[in-house]
Amino acid sequence: MSEKVKVGRIQEINGPIVTVELAGLRNGEQVRIGEIGLVGEVIALDGPRALVQAYESTEGVRPGEPVRGLGHPLAVELGPGLLGSIFDGVQRPLATIFSQSGDSIPRGLDIPSLDRGKRWAFTPNDALELGTTIAGGSILGTVQETGAIEHRILVPPLLSGELTELAPAGEYALDDAIGRLRTPDGQTHKLFLYHRWPVRTARPYLRRDHAVEPLITGQRILDTFFPLLKGGKAAVPGPFGAGKTVVQQQVARWSNADIVIYVGCGERGNELVDVLETFPELHDPYTGRRMMERTLLVANTSNMPVVAREASIYVGVTLAEYFRDQGYDVVMLADSTSRWAEALREVAGRLGEMPVEEGYPAYLASRLAAFYERAGRVKTLAEKTGSVSLIGAVSPPGGDFSEPVTSHTKEIIQTFWALSKELADARHYPAIDWTSSFSAHVSSAARWWAENIDPAWEAKRAEALKLLARDAELARIVNLVGPEALSSAQRWELEAAALVKEGVLQQSALDAVDTFASPQKQFLLLDLILTIYEKGADLVQIGVPVQELVGLPLLARARRLKQVYGSEQITDLQAFMDEIRAEFDRIRLEYAKFQEHAAT
Amino acid sequence: MSAKEYRTAASAQGGLLTVRGAHGIAFGDRVQIRDHRNRQRNGQVIRAGVDEVLVQVFEGTEDIDLESTWVRFLDQPLEMALSPEILGRIFNGLGEPKDGRPPIVSSLRRSVSAGAINPAARTYPREFIQTGVSTIDGLNSLVRGQKLPIFSASGLPHNRLAAQIVRQAKLVDEESHFSIVFAAMGVSYSDAQFFQEEFASSGVLGNVTMFVNLADDPPVERLALPRVALTAAEYLAFDLDRHVLVVMTDMTNYAEALREVATAKGDVPARKGYPGYLYSDLAEIYERSGRIKDRHGSVTLVPVVSMPSDDITHPIPDLTGYITEGQIVLSRDLHARGIYPPVHISPSLSRLMKDGVGKDFTREDHPRVAAQLYALYARALETRNLASIIGADELSERDRRYLTFADEFDRRFVGQGEDEDRSIVETLNVAWELLSMFPKDALTRVSETDIAKYYHGGGA
Repeated sequence: MSEKVKVGRIQEINGPIVTVELAGLRNGEQVRIGEIGLVGEVIALDGPRALVQAYESTEGVRPGEPVRGLGHPLAVELGPGLLGSIFDGVQRPLATIFSQSGDSIPRGLDIPSLDRGKRWAFTPNDALELGTTIAGGSILGTVQETGAIEHRILVPPLLSGELTELAPAGEYALDDAIGRLRTPDGQTHKLFLYHRWPVRTARPYLRRDHAVEPLITGQRILDTFFPLLKGGKAAVPGPFGAGKTVVQQQVARWSNADIVIYVGCGERGNELVDVLETFPELHDPYTGRRMMERTLLVANTSNMPVVAREASIYVGVTLAEYFRDQGYDVVMLADSTSRWAEALREVAGRLGEMPVEEGYPAYLASRLAAFYERAGRVKTLAEKTGSVSLIGAVSPPGGDFSEPVTSHTKEIIQTFWALSKELADARHYPAIDWTSSFSAHVSSAARWWAENIDPAWEAKRAEALKLLARDAELARIVNLVGPEALSSAQRWELEAAALVKEGVLQQSALDAVDTFASPQKQFLLLDLILTIYEKGADLVQIGVPVQELVGLPLLARARRLKQVYGSEQITDLQAFMDEIRAEFDRIRLEYAKFQEHAAT
Repeated sequence: MSAKEYRTAASAQGGLLTVRGAHGIAFGDRVQIRDHRNRQRNGQVIRAGVDEVLVQVFEGTEDIDLESTWVRFLDQPLEMALSPEILGRIFNGLGEPKDGRPPIVSSLRRSVSAGAINPAARTYPREFIQTGVSTIDGLNSLVRGQKLPIFSASGLPHNRLAAQIVRQAKLVDEESHFSIVFAAMGVSYSDAQFFQEEFASSGVLGNVTMFVNLADDPPVERLALPRVALTAAEYLAFDLDRHVLVVMTDMTNYAEALREVATAKGDVPARKGYPGYLYSDLAEIYERSGRIKDRHGSVTLVPVVSMPSDDITHPIPDLTGYITEGQIVLSRDLHARGIYPPVHISPSLSRLMKDGVGKDFTREDHPRVAAQLYALYARALETRNLASIIGADELSERDRRYLTFADEFDRRFVGQGEDEDRSIVETLNVAWELLSMFPKDALTRVSETDIAKYYHGGGA
């Protein structure tokens, strides 16, 4: 760093909060604490004193030890080597640390986020000519980082000027200059394969565009019922055991994004290991490449220092914006934003700030809103289109959605996938409750479905939701007065709603066939089951006894269709439609004969 | 630096002691306190200032006076001495002998607050542990390296269940038994006695390390106890290559001790007076379980959490559930009906089951049988509810079958003897007997191959 290093002394250590005496620090500045050199960040200034939050355990640190100000805020390194990696909450490379230091993470490490030794094959951008003026965010060239992803090397966003040098194609390490740029004030800057960016500042773009295309996740309840657009923001709230993690992992696995960033924020270590061990084996259904080639993990597990947890989601979203700026569609999953909010609360509590709701500081809502605002579909500085979709898990205490984090989040997001304990207890997975979930994207998504799959999508979706609403209503009646009180038509409605639940809504993440459903398959399944409902309702109308329909083997088969036919077996699913028609025509005919017979 | 001794205590309240004029004292260091009667107490630095140090006294601050109290800063963190000799021993919450035998002598001493395991160093737990309890093995399987708590409440037989798990836990294909670390926090003398007799009578006592803090022992000591116990467990697992099963009871007493100290410190309370860092604090304990790459041993954690007023949404079980990999929930209703172990399967869950059961681990039909039982039981409970409103006579024949299923399930699958050690095959066989009460068509979660192989009902 060009700035002079400032050195001061520790005054007091109170858990992760350290009071230091050091004038000239800036709010947000990075510091190194004590002889051991713990990483920390300035969070408040008071005359010559500063309050610092340490990203690492302060055990063994003494008052009087030195503190060094580094002159820059928390920033991440952006360049080749990100994909397939696992970083901690302040972007330290965990796999490298494991190979260097063993099972646990030593404190005070000074280790670059990206591998300096590795050489990357760089291809310069042909369109660039020396002597022309290039703007921040322009593409200098490319590195084929993984089979699936071409890493586009960007000029740091705030730098622009005359390109005076650009390296020829060849292999370069991150510290090799690949170009030079002269700014209007006459200074020359070296350009590298990577640059740094402060995590708490959103990266600039040309302009925001409307989100238009749904993010396809292969999960029926999400895509068909509560769609999220690329560039949108969604929340997944749910009590423990309702399946938040599985929903997030399914989105990470099967969504049609180019890049997936998974931030494990205060969650279980084993869940990240699950991703680390299974993703390299899995294949992306869109490119056929290994899933890990497009995935990046940021891990602050629940036992890692709480202050780094607060930083981890900013690290994640900055990485997401960086890939967006290269023109990619990025999904970032934050599991869980509640742990982030709790980290905020813990620090606020230690600072003695006035708590408002449930101990949370007054700025909880504005911080949440500012975070989610970093989602969006944009025209990048390089005039490409890219997007960041944010999906945040929320872990409400006791499953109570009226608590501050859930209720503030609900105000901000557009898609709400509410998980229910009751559904999870009945092992209805994904346990997304159709009555309390919502999506503000349905009409935009409908345009896409109409153009790409079927114009009837919006109507079918509405019909299914209506049927489910009727089901809830009828279930209340049954609970009061028993099933005998229902008419035949109503009992058929209950049966059809059960079919929708089991045949469409329930989807097994563990079943090799069912785990992913293409939009085409999703629509067909829904269409088939609604056809059974309509055909059956017609028959009940003309007097066919409902027991006869409920016992049809066809219904048991309809429930299993999702597991029997994969997304590529569309014609088999279409053939089932003919079977449905034939079966119901047969019953109609038999019933007509029976009535004729009865009449004579 | 040599240990420094001071007689400058400035305040003593609620287990906390302030010492003035002590310079350069490290955060987290161990402290020895000698009171006016020359009795020794132990403590730890929880806030270190230039001129003032706050010490948490594990034995409490009762009967301390400020003038004649000596405080010695040991310039080392809280540590546990480790050697294979710890097996068969009983310690207090600080790792000091409680069985009248001499202290452990070893050059190996480890700080009890281990750094977080690097997620990149972990391997995913997937080896099935057979506990011999059908509701666990069949529906909420425990795997090696998992943390799976028992959510219980006062008066329920969680201790008996925990003891049964300890007695019976084994791997299906290996004859290796577990080493046990037993951590008791604020339990009654009779509960501690019960476990000790259990271990003795089943002949495992020599393979158990016990850490005991009784209900009338100082509560602050409970804050150190699980960390000390887990340091021992990690040593057994990762130094001595053993598979370690850690039973902790009762985490609610631990959390209450944490609240007590937090309140005395003046921490801002979050829910029900518990500090905002309860989640992180519990996670520091629970996340120490697991498996590590290239290490043979493992740490499997079964904490007992009693739910205050049977409330699963109370902060302690709630936050625990968010950290652990599932939970086994005991039910007062089943207990009242005389069913042992009274495991209520609906809210129970094992998150790691999916990768530890099935073809290569237990039996190929296992995951589907579990899903099928869950689905039928959920429906059966709805029917039971309905029957309680409109009467069983009003139910259709189909619904009455569900009612019978619910009763049989509770009696035969959930219920089993305290000494009954069911193999996983026996558990699955009971499951198929129950599934065979239904016609084949009603079984949509199992595959047609499963039905052909295991179904033996009369229905179509």
